[in-house]
Amino acid sequence: MPRETLDSKLTQIQNEIFLLGSMVEQAILDATNTLKTRDLKEAHRIYEEDAIINEKRYALENAIIILLATQQPFARDLRLLAAMLLVVNELERMADYAKGIAKININLGNSDIDIPVRDFQKMAEQSVSMLHRGLTAFIEQNPNLAAAIPKEDDLVDEMYTKIYHNTIQYAIANPSHMDEANDILWIAHNLERFADRITNICERTIFITTGELMEMSSNDDEEYLAE
Amino acid sequence: MRSTKLNGNSKIIAKSFNLFYGEFQALKNINVEIPQNAITSIIGPSGCGKSTFLRSINRMNELIPGVRVDGDILLDNEDIFAQDVVELRKRVGMVFQRPNPFPKSIFDNVAYGPRAHGLKNKVLLEEIVERSLTAAALWDEVKDILSRSGLALSGGQQQRLCIARALAVEPQVILMDEPASALDPIATLKIEELIQNLKKEYTIVIVTHNMQQAARASDYTMVFNMNPDRSGYIIEYGKTTQVFTNPREKITEDYISGRFG
Repeated sequence: MPRETLDSKLTQIQNEIFLLGSMVEQAILDATNTLKTRDLKEAHRIYEEDAIINEKRYALENAIIILLATQQPFARDLRLLAAMLLVVNELERMADYAKGIAKININLGNSDIDIPVRDFQKMAEQSVSMLHRGLTAFIEQNPNLAAAIPKEDDLVDEMYTKIYHNTIQYAIANPSHMDEANDILWIAHNLERFADRITNICERTIFITTGELMEMSSNDDEEYLAE
Repeated sequence: MRSTKLNGNSKIIAKSFNLFYGEFQALKNINVEIPQNAITSIIGPSGCGKSTFLRSINRMNELIPGVRVDGDILLDNEDIFAQDVVELRKRVGMVFQRPNPFPKSIFDNVAYGPRAHGLKNKVLLEEIVERSLTAAALWDEVKDILSRSGLALSGGQQQRLCIARALAVEPQVILMDEPASALDPIATLKIEELIQNLKKEYTIVIVTHNMQQAARASDYTMVFNMNPDRSGYIIEYGKTTQVFTNPREKITEDYISGRFG
């Protein structure tokens, strides 16, 4: 078989990307759960362990670049490797949102502000469900599965909007808690952006299978700016 | 195959072109237009008729006994089979896989064609030799050793000498059959750079087994494939950037991804 080396290395990288995705899923779930437990030692751990995800991202990027250089792939192989480069980057950035939430948790310290934990957890669970299916679609190169995911981002956006309004109202009523309210908004923002990036992964799945670069915009940025 | 006509003026047009070696049909129903002042590469698995098609464009196949063609090949909308073959080959030059300079001086190699066409004026010949060697990016390397044998040059220089020899008769089209496959990577890149410059004045068609070369060096890519009866046909033809990033045909995809061929 002429392509044994390329095919086995591609499979290996795909498996590693899936593993990286699992680490990111775990990080965002842990980060939001820790908002409930307020276990700051655990928050520190999440914050520190982002470095492991960064390392894995660079290792994958390196492996992809080596395959590009040594195998000089064309067509779908080329699109796959180019997409992989972007997806590992997305995953690494998504992990940064988990790290950011851990950092905010630490910043909040023993503040008595009422954190909308249940809503944050819902956002995280919804995002993780989308990410898991998004990555499955990416690995299986399944454009139909990928195409169905971005619209689910609306659920996350709705929760974000709800938290946003509640928190603003809280801040108006409790001006002395302005900083903490701002922290809450940042947590919501991180979760909202985390979910947005799943759409990018889905776009890459479409790119691999069709060669078309298309925006599967879930109604995010422009509407956000218009608000 | 979906598109046979690409952008720009078509220099060469094949219409329902078929070629037979005796009973065996080597090319089946070739319909294609090759654009002027561009580099078109022909790729495809071995034995699918790439070189046969290339050699049809200046009627080189007629030298092989038992060859029969039907359909048309037009050069500037004129039937090539209705023309004087010597005149045709003056307009359509060829460069082969292995550099094949004549066992003559560098000067005489380049002057060979113009002399064969009757040019005797020494000043004019000198002008042509300098111009051709310059166009072939060889002049600076050989201007002081023009009387030395062409065979004394390196492989890459010999191939550029052969290109200069082809240019000396002022062709419009240059056909190249694996022009760099016998050369090292630097000599290969020099040839590729050279043909990029030549396309301003010439139409270039190049057969290559080197996919990276086709991707790097050509504007358009024509993909040949083989029918079950082993006759060759064009499965896909398009811009090189499209063919190598997002081919329309699965056979193209499989071929350029090394799944067969």
